[in-house]
Amino acid sequence: MTAYQLVCGMEVHAELKTASKMFCGCKNDPFHAAQPNIYTCPVCLGMPGGLPVANKKAIEWTIKLGLALNCKIHLFSHFDRKNYFYPDLPKGYQISQYDQPLCYDGNLETEYGTVRIRRIHLEEDTAKLQHKTVNGKQVSLIDFNRSSVPLVEVVTEPDIISPVHAKAYCKSLRQILRFLDIADCDMEQGGMRLEANVSLRSAGQTELPSYKTELKNINSFRFMEKAVAYEMERQAHELDTGQTPIQETRGWNDAKGETFSQRVKEDAEDYRYFPDPDLPPLHFTEEDINKIDSELPELPAQLKARWRTAYDIEPKYAEVLTEEKETAEWVEHIFALAKTQHVLPATVANALVNKKIAVQIGDAPSTVLAAVVQLSQTDDVSDAQISEVVQIVLAENPALVEQYMAGKTQVFGFLMGQTQKKLGKKVNPQQVRAMIEIQLQLYNHKK
Amino acid sequence: MLNSLTLTDTLQKLKNKELSIAELYADLRASLKVHADLNVYVTLNEQMENDAEQQANTPFLGVPIAVKDNFCTQNLRTTASSTVLDNFIPQFDSTVTKRLKKAGGVIIGKTNLDAWAHGSSTETSQYGRTLNPRNPEHLPGGSSGGSAAAVAADLCIAALGSETAGSIRQPSAWCGTVGLKPTYGRVSRYGVVSMASSTDCPGPITKTVEDAALLLNHIAGNDPYDATSSPTPIDDYTAAVGASIKGLKIGVIYMDIEGLATLKGLFEPQLKVFEELGAHVEYAQAMDPHQAVGVYTVVQRSEVSSNLARYDGIRYGNDRSFFGTEAKRRIMLGTYTLSKGYADQYYLLAQKVRTLFIEDYKRLFRTYDVLVSLTSPGFAKKIGASEASAMFGELEDMLIEPSSITGLPGINVPCYHDSTTNLYLGMNIMTPMWHESRAISVADAFEKHTPWNAWRNRKRV
Amino acid sequence: MKNFLSVKHIAQLANIPITAVEEKSLEAAFQETLVVIEQMQAINVSNVQPTYQVTGLENVLREDVIDEARMFSQKQALANAKETHDGFFVVPQVIAQD
Repeated sequence: MTAYQLVCGMEVHAELKTASKMFCGCKNDPFHAAQPNIYTCPVCLGMPGGLPVANKKAIEWTIKLGLALNCKIHLFSHFDRKNYFYPDLPKGYQISQYDQPLCYDGNLETEYGTVRIRRIHLEEDTAKLQHKTVNGKQVSLIDFNRSSVPLVEVVTEPDIISPVHAKAYCKSLRQILRFLDIADCDMEQGGMRLEANVSLRSAGQTELPSYKTELKNINSFRFMEKAVAYEMERQAHELDTGQTPIQETRGWNDAKGETFSQRVKEDAEDYRYFPDPDLPPLHFTEEDINKIDSELPELPAQLKARWRTAYDIEPKYAEVLTEEKETAEWVEHIFALAKTQHVLPATVANALVNKKIAVQIGDAPSTVLAAVVQLSQTDDVSDAQISEVVQIVLAENPALVEQYMAGKTQVFGFLMGQTQKKLGKKVNPQQVRAMIEIQLQLYNHKK
Repeated sequence: MLNSLTLTDTLQKLKNKELSIAELYADLRASLKVHADLNVYVTLNEQMENDAEQQANTPFLGVPIAVKDNFCTQNLRTTASSTVLDNFIPQFDSTVTKRLKKAGGVIIGKTNLDAWAHGSSTETSQYGRTLNPRNPEHLPGGSSGGSAAAVAADLCIAALGSETAGSIRQPSAWCGTVGLKPTYGRVSRYGVVSMASSTDCPGPITKTVEDAALLLNHIAGNDPYDATSSPTPIDDYTAAVGASIKGLKIGVIYMDIEGLATLKGLFEPQLKVFEELGAHVEYAQAMDPHQAVGVYTVVQRSEVSSNLARYDGIRYGNDRSFFGTEAKRRIMLGTYTLSKGYADQYYLLAQKVRTLFIEDYKRLFRTYDVLVSLTSPGFAKKIGASEASAMFGELEDMLIEPSSITGLPGINVPCYHDSTTNLYLGMNIMTPMWHESRAISVADAFEKHTPWNAWRNRKRV
Repeated sequence: MKNFLSVKHIAQLANIPITAVEEKSLEAAFQETLVVIEQMQAINVSNVQPTYQVTGLENVLREDVIDEARMFSQKQALANAKETHDGFFVVPQVIAQD
């Protein structure tokens, strides 16, 4: 049996949480609307004479996302019409972007490897279709509350090399969207939608395969991971028998644990893209982009790196604690407080992640810290004790400290030894090391 | 009949209490009955008298205005003369009709047009053709044929139309009225059934040039609902009425076009009045307007194929099987010109040729302040003429298509009357973008110093 | 031209129902129109940029605020629909697509 490698690219759509829709001033709140069709107007309902006017904030947020993903920004951009017919598309075309997307050529780092971002563009969402039986007839019910909500589409190069890589990519992307505070990404409601293009090639081959299967309508990361894994097997079997898998769209049936065919695609659709004559083009200056760049909040990668240097937090703990922006903000307050109280932030992180203390987000930092201290007091040595001893050691060896500051980091070992000796107990070396580092920093500041 | 007054005169007489709204509408109703056979209106606003009574302290005092049936009017049926919209009652107003109402104008009803504004005859309307009031064996032109006929027959005090490539000026020429196509972006398109988004212009069709200026004052100007509407402030167009045209350089174009030979003898003498008024008249060479036909055809059909995609009968109206032949042709041709493999050959190419026309006019306007030509290559054609060719409209509008695709403003004024047929020729007066005022001054001067305007020269009616 | 894209295929793309009779007359009309627009191809457009919009406008954007004045009530939104149900528009069921 041949060894195959996965060739996978992803397309993710996320609804932006602007106050109003993309091309009109209707309220953007499709998920919490009390009734269907209450947030519509001549524009998003596709009435005769309806004309679009673009939402400035949605454009800025898309650029923000692009900058967060290290993309280049097209200084000249515009909107195009994508023409096709479907009941959830009121104008018979979707306003999207074709050849001048707002952002392109970026990348997203994950623990399983970098994923290059081919493009990010802005478009409008369609209405929502529901299938039901009414008066004995099979019908589709349409709700236009969602019509024309701003939608950002992120397309990657086929850089994803494993199912777990696909999952990691999606998680990281969602995390960034939430850190930027531009999308809620509620998977169940469809606030974030995942699509994967999956194909296989022989190991060692560099050309792209001649076919690809599209995985669609999968609304969880876990399902996506499973679906990609399943597809790899399914396609491998076919290829082994000398057949080429057909171009088609497949969904995931979790109950059966398999993908299934939804639609066979023979040719690519002819969307007859052309620049939307109702929307003047966009033209940004370098200053415009720099301004948006300067307003970027701290992103997960930067945050984790900073926690490493400032608080000595291990990646595996940082990963968990920075998953949600609100959690990270809360935890940071506790770290800051911890430092002033001579408690190691690393200890706090450990306690939180391993659920050693019973606290919840929003609890006062002082409360949390007290719980952590309590914990460490049942250990052999408290941070406070170590801190005391370390300070004595440093005071006794000013020359060594100077040497360390001058770059002779080898003396650190001696300082470690001295401290442990003085403590006279079996202490966690990492605790000691961390405390010495903190004290050295403080020492530096005192100077 | 009081409804034969111009807008300006009606307003004056209403202000001076020389006539009342009730009297005016009574005469109008009588005329509507008499001339029902012209088939000018698709829908009448039966509330018109009530609406008018409430406009006492407004600029337009409740005067009756005809509105082309491609403007969405709140609670008043809007069909675009197509049975696809046979039962469509808009729940909102177009910006233009909103402004008209705010100014105190009252909508008499919705006038007939070529279905979806596709045409230059009003014969493709799915509600029957409109007849030319000057001579009912002839067509009124199109697509705003209903509005032009309404004005010509005094079935309104003034009217609104729209032009994509001739649809205001050509029916105005054929019906012997004034028709003003503003600069593209001068008047909001919001709420007007889209045809070719990049050239559609709503505008006034009126009895005199000063009426058109007055109407333009109230409907023009930036609209936040239309991203292509201009942010540049509007002029007071009535200030241009009566202004001297001394010293203006006027370029006469398209006189060398094949087939215009017979008209030359009728048209050229009309230019003398400009010289008499102190302007300087000269012949000029412009890019061949035949080349604009291809551009317009492709741009219009491409954009319309997309603009008419929303009519699927789900949210309003009837399904797509209700489209008439002309609409089907245009949608399908536009689909073709945009399709994969052909878009570059057609749509992209058309946009490049459009650039050539823009540059050509820029060149001409470096020398001339105003350009004039015949509006239409002939008098109003006979009924049935539009069925002769699938390209009827485009060829009829050839002389005005270049200014439409480039966004220039232009006014049609009657410039000759044939007393045997009672039909008219029209002159198209063009200026650079945003210079409607200058066009108004020239058109107004011509109108006042020649015998062709039916309302200033009653015996011609 | 129409060897590559049949009138039937275009009608499908355009979602326009046509009869066999209409197909024939449309083919003829097509031919006529194509002759006219193909004349355009003789024009020299080397180094010419296309003009998609004559206004020259750029960056016409709106602030992210809700425009209550223009929003429809549910009643208005549904006012012209042939079929509605519990506040929804109704169409015969479509096959699940993208």
